[in-house]
Amino acid sequence: MKKIIHVAAILLMGLASAAHAQLSIEITGGGANQIPVAVLQFAGENQLPSAITDVIEADLQRSGRIRLQYSGGISPAPSEPSQVNFTEWRNRSADAMVIGTVQKLSDGRFDIRFRLLDVPRQTQLLGLGFTMSAAQLRLTGHKIADAIYEKLTGERGVFSTRIAYVVKQEGRFELRIADADGQSAQTALASREPIISPSWSPDGTRLAYVSFENKKAVVYQHSLATGQRQVVANFRGSNSAPSWSPDGRQLAVVLSRDGGSQLYLINTDGSNVRRLTQNQSIDTEPFFSPNGQSIYFTSDRGGSPQIYRMAVSGGEAQRITFEGSYNVSPRVSSDGRTLAYISRNGTRFQLASMDLESRQVQMLTDTQRDESPSFAPNGKLVLYATELGGRGVLAAVSSDGTVKHRLTVQAADVREPAWGPYTGN
Amino acid sequence: MKKTFLAMFAASFLWSCGGDPPKPDGAGARVEDRVPGKPPADTARPVPVTPQNVAPVNIAQPSQPGVKSPLTDPANILSKRSIFYDYDSDAIKDEYRPMLEAHAKYLSNNPNARMLVQGNTDERGGREYNLSLGQRRAEAVKKVLVVMGAKDVQIESVSLGEEKPRCEERTDACFGQNRRSDILHSGEF
Repeated sequence: MKKIIHVAAILLMGLASAAHAQLSIEITGGGANQIPVAVLQFAGENQLPSAITDVIEADLQRSGRIRLQYSGGISPAPSEPSQVNFTEWRNRSADAMVIGTVQKLSDGRFDIRFRLLDVPRQTQLLGLGFTMSAAQLRLTGHKIADAIYEKLTGERGVFSTRIAYVVKQEGRFELRIADADGQSAQTALASREPIISPSWSPDGTRLAYVSFENKKAVVYQHSLATGQRQVVANFRGSNSAPSWSPDGRQLAVVLSRDGGSQLYLINTDGSNVRRLTQNQSIDTEPFFSPNGQSIYFTSDRGGSPQIYRMAVSGGEAQRITFEGSYNVSPRVSSDGRTLAYISRNGTRFQLASMDLESRQVQMLTDTQRDESPSFAPNGKLVLYATELGGRGVLAAVSSDGTVKHRLTVQAADVREPAWGPYTGN
Repeated sequence: MKKTFLAMFAASFLWSCGGDPPKPDGAGARVEDRVPGKPPADTARPVPVTPQNVAPVNIAQPSQPGVKSPLTDPANILSKRSIFYDYDSDAIKDEYRPMLEAHAKYLSNNPNARMLVQGNTDERGGREYNLSLGQRRAEAVKKVLVVMGAKDVQIESVSLGEEKPRCEERTDACFGQNRRSDILHSGEF
């Protein structure tokens, strides 16, 4: 009997790992405080081209904050609260459960409704409906996962936000836009020359980036919906490291037009260039604080690259990082409290975070070649580029370092991730 | 442990209700927003899902064959175009002096000639910081050429950072190949 249970457990594990084979999640420490949730198949879900509950489950699991409970074995699965045997789900240790329905509408679209139920209290926590076309299945799943996540954790979800990244494949560089889980990727720009440093406009409609299509680094802005591109900075020398101001009106950039790499402000149409720093050192990688008042940046003015902060209005810069001889790529969380950056440790380049008030530093990863950190708009996750098996991959880690996962991007070499903002959509 | 869950759950529940008591769900009721007149704790409105289309732009053109130039005659020192550096250094070694003098002389003899100096780095470190390091290397080359007689307006220094490695292996020899400035004359860029 024991053997049979054992076999059944292995079978179950096998099924679970097959269903989530593309996901690689590692949970340590605080990740143990997970809320057990059962997501049941929605009634009528088989009318959809693929299961929307798979999208919801993958999102919730990837958050590291929710543990999926086995939801099968009951046929038909309840789709209304009156059909739910709460004792059964309590025995399965589910604190919450998700039920729902899918109805095909006469115009070919689908009506998706779901409810989040509190199992111990036998009450409804949330009920929402969406109308969608088959093409919007994943986005709708992400929106449902966002609603569930927010209700259960009190934090805003980021599953329906988007990310940008660059893929290098067979001598081609592609700037791609994908869902936050790396799926549903669309190519915004394909080029034979490198593309680096994508930066989202605060409204999520445009990207600024550096393209080498004219044999040198030029800053462009690119409207995603229309594909319209505009040169922002193409001065003599190199033009790089664009970062949008929170009001969306200007960019901080690095120009070498006056010699050396220095920080400048420039309007998004390329007008009104103002020099911010004036010295012989390298000043690069500007990043606006969320209130738009200061700029974090990398400088080697002290002899090694370190992170500094200065007022947008100018003046003295204050050094922020002191540990180690190489700290670059500063990014600040949306609440302004946490700095994520890359720190060299021997021959390793690792993602680190600093509590800007206490100045406490934490290494978030133990990998070798981390690059380009980017906060999720809720500040709870940091997306970054790293290397696995000799190729570039994207990974995300919770800002406390306890939950890590790799993104599933099917491409040879992936780099330069940038997490997009919340949008009205 | 279980208590923690319940506490968290109760907290999130209170938060979610915003003061309204939880509404027990009626038997067989539809999703609640369709009940007129009395909005439930969590109002369910059909939310239109707007597609977020991304228009593709392709600027990947087939590469052009290199233009023939006397500057490429292998017997001429002007065909030598690369300066290699030590790790984390932009110092130009003495061995490159004759080559740089020849290029400076060419520019000074051909006032309409233009030059692009491209600085490169190995792949270690941040991309933007490396772009700045490559810029520093290229500007150091330009400075030497101007001292040797070229005009400032003739030379543009740019950086390719770590983005265009000549050698893609992760060996010291390869890194050395990639820590480099390249000289390009008019028609080559």
